Amino acid sequence: MTSLRVVGGLTAVVLTASLGLTACGGGGKASDGTFIAGHPEPDHLIPGNTTSSYSWDVTDELFENLVSLDKTGNAVNAAASSVETTDQKVWTIKVRPGQKFHNDEPVTAASFADAWNYAAYGPNAFEGNDYFSQIRGYADLNPEDEKAKPATDKLSGVEVVDDATLKVTLDAPFSQFKLLLTHPAFAPLPKAAYTDIKAFDNKPIGNGPYMMDGAWERNKQVKLKVFAGYTGTRKPKNKGFTWRSYASQDTTYTDLRAGRIDLMQSIPAAKVPEAKRLMGDKALGRATGTFDYLGFPLFDKRFDNADLRKAISMAIDRNGVNKAVYGGEYTVADSLLPPMIKGHRPGACGELCTYDPTKAKQLYDKAGGFKGTLELYFSNAQPSYEQWMQIVANSLKQNLGITDIQFRKIPVSDYLSTLSDKKEKGPYRQNWEADYPSAQNYLEPQWHSDKNRMGWTSKEFDGLIAKGNGAATDDEAVKFYNQAEDVALREAPLVPLWIWKSYGGRSTKIDGVTITPFANGLLAHEVTVK
Amino acid sequence: MWRYIARRLLQAIPVFLGTTFLIYTLVFYLPGDPIQALAGEKPLSPSVVAALREHYNLNDPLLLQYVKYLGGLFQGDLGETFDGQQVSDVLSGRWTVTAQLALTAWLFELVIGIGLGVWAGLRRGSLADTLVLGGTTLVIAVPVFVLGYTAQIVLGLNLGLFPTAGTEDGWPVSYLLPGLVLGSLGLSYVARLTRTSIAENLRADYVRTAYAKGLTKVRVVGKHTLRNSLIPVITYLGVDFGALMGGAVVTEGIFNLPGIGQQVFQSIQLKEGPVVVGASTLLVLVFLVVNLAVDLLYGVLDPRIRRD
Repeated sequence: MTSLRVVGGLTAVVLTASLGLTACGGGGKASDGTFIAGHPEPDHLIPGNTTSSYSWDVTDELFENLVSLDKTGNAVNAAASSVETTDQKVWTIKVRPGQKFHNDEPVTAASFADAWNYAAYGPNAFEGNDYFSQIRGYADLNPEDEKAKPATDKLSGVEVVDDATLKVTLDAPFSQFKLLLTHPAFAPLPKAAYTDIKAFDNKPIGNGPYMMDGAWERNKQVKLKVFAGYTGTRKPKNKGFTWRSYASQDTTYTDLRAGRIDLMQSIPAAKVPEAKRLMGDKALGRATGTFDYLGFPLFDKRFDNADLRKAISMAIDRNGVNKAVYGGEYTVADSLLPPMIKGHRPGACGELCTYDPTKAKQLYDKAGGFKGTLELYFSNAQPSYEQWMQIVANSLKQNLGITDIQFRKIPVSDYLSTLSDKKEKGPYRQNWEADYPSAQNYLEPQWHSDKNRMGWTSKEFDGLIAKGNGAATDDEAVKFYNQAEDVALREAPLVPLWIWKSYGGRSTKIDGVTITPFANGLLAHEVTVK
Repeated sequence: MWRYIARRLLQAIPVFLGTTFLIYTLVFYLPGDPIQALAGEKPLSPSVVAALREHYNLNDPLLLQYVKYLGGLFQGDLGETFDGQQVSDVLSGRWTVTAQLALTAWLFELVIGIGLGVWAGLRRGSLADTLVLGGTTLVIAVPVFVLGYTAQIVLGLNLGLFPTAGTEDGWPVSYLLPGLVLGSLGLSYVARLTRTSIAENLRADYVRTAYAKGLTKVRVVGKHTLRNSLIPVITYLGVDFGALMGGAVVTEGIFNLPGIGQQVFQSIQLKEGPVVVGASTLLVLVFLVVNLAVDLLYGVLDPRIRRD
């Protein structure tokens, strides 16, 4: 609630003209069953054309995929009534009848097929293009020769059998396909999208529980209202809500405290202790699935020794860093999978993740020590990266006797290209959050011989992942993924450090706030408004 | 007079070409790969990277890129941001916010700055004078983000006098606090300039003559002293208006105002040449126009300064 009173002194002269115009602030309006959430500005509102979680905040409410995630990260049918396969390679999907887009167009198998084809077609330059790479025919839409025009704009692996049936053929068996289908990029689009895709980006029409209430006001807000024609399971318990854009998380937090917004998902780390004190149970802590790792450039011969890598990992006091830098809020890694993922085994990381200076020194000596300057790479995105790298450097100095250590703080815009061009000359900070909650998505993109950044190759690891991907049941798949995890831990080309924790916050006006650690984030339809 | 204006406006053309080229070059040589930065940690397909590089002419050498940009410019096309928006849409949306903020800040400088300056200048050595000098020194010494956050927390959050952030309450309410914060530095300079200038001119011969003619104090100060004292102040206010339009990154961030400053800051990080060049060019034009207006104002304030 905002009110203006006369400010003393000369300012009053200037202010008098405006005093009559004052109104109540946004969050404090008399309750109309809606609420306001603050977050950074999205980049696109077409689910297939973004990799920004702030865009997904919005599109997740506007669209409904064939399969969606529940609170615990299980894939449950949403727009689909069944998703079936016998060989993990050919998938038959039945679309639940009677569903409509916000413009009354029926949702059919073609709504999905067309959207996927559009996103997978290279020249359309959709950012989510890569998520379709496992579907047969992807290579034809994205030819190796970048100048060549693709011969076709249809994925041969996506077949519309009839209005209610979609048949998807993959290049190789992939047991986690149902979880992949929960990813925002697999949303359907109505025919109206293709006539003017840019205009559609400003006012998307989806099939989800909420629809756009007016166009996207860039850098200001996206207003959503309840879509009456929605027939799925995510029935909204409120009348609509607004995503308001903020350039600074600090300001979002100030506005939450001032009651101008009702909800934010990530309170800045520096404000968390204050928020917990002031907001009590309205500060909403949650474990996330975001990992920090220390990676080693194995293409540099000096790091091509598992004992050396283990020595460095075991010389790091993860608990100490957590206490010193993150107030003990983070979870120290004990596995390559976070606890909420099926297949997480407590303590799987074993001694590799356990602080043991004596054993570390023994391994270090066994490896023949380290010669030259040890350069530590991290980006300048967060001040905490430098803080914990300094602690790591001190540990390496004390426990292993590596004295010549230099920090390489790289501008955030340059950091990823430094790593992907393999320009780093020492251990680097790596970060990963899964696209969909599967052990496979934590392991394969980061350790697979063809995909990893470390220059590590392991036929054994690749083979086990392939076996998991081809497994007939979830339990069997997890078994192979765990074996692959053990290989990655044994060789330690990339060692896990800790898992992030996030704090959201809500106003007294709303309740029933659930923020999942997955791509679906805030479950807006469950929020109740007083 | 008119020839003078025409000459000044013609000078704008080489300045325009020079700045656009210079800024385009600087952005071109910034480190980092803009397309890589788009996707963050997630992999971007080679085909998408290729399509985007082609679309934004990123494979061309610097000069060709610049010529293509200028070519577009002459057809009224300011280019596109990396997320596919027209630069003209982006700038026009943000320009209004920046203009309202700058105007508010500038009015604070003008009204409060000159007011305080006159008040102190007329009472040189008094308590009022000391207060103004001390207060303005303090404001100049404190960095703007400290001032901004403090004002936001104390005046906005704790006392509830102003909205804490955002533009939802419209002009002027939403812009009062950020305007005051943004204008505080300039306000202090204006107050000090005015004070010194007034104090000096009060001892000038023509003031003594005016009093001797029997004119009232209000008339002497208002018509003669103030008018003569304002020349340095007007110069400062003119230049500062340009600075206010372009340099509000911090204030816009704290108060969540989607203005030009933030956009330029963001675009520099993303290496979005067309946005940076478009915004900077507009700023250069604003500077040129304001400076011309200031130069013309001199003649009004002091008839001895003539333009022909």
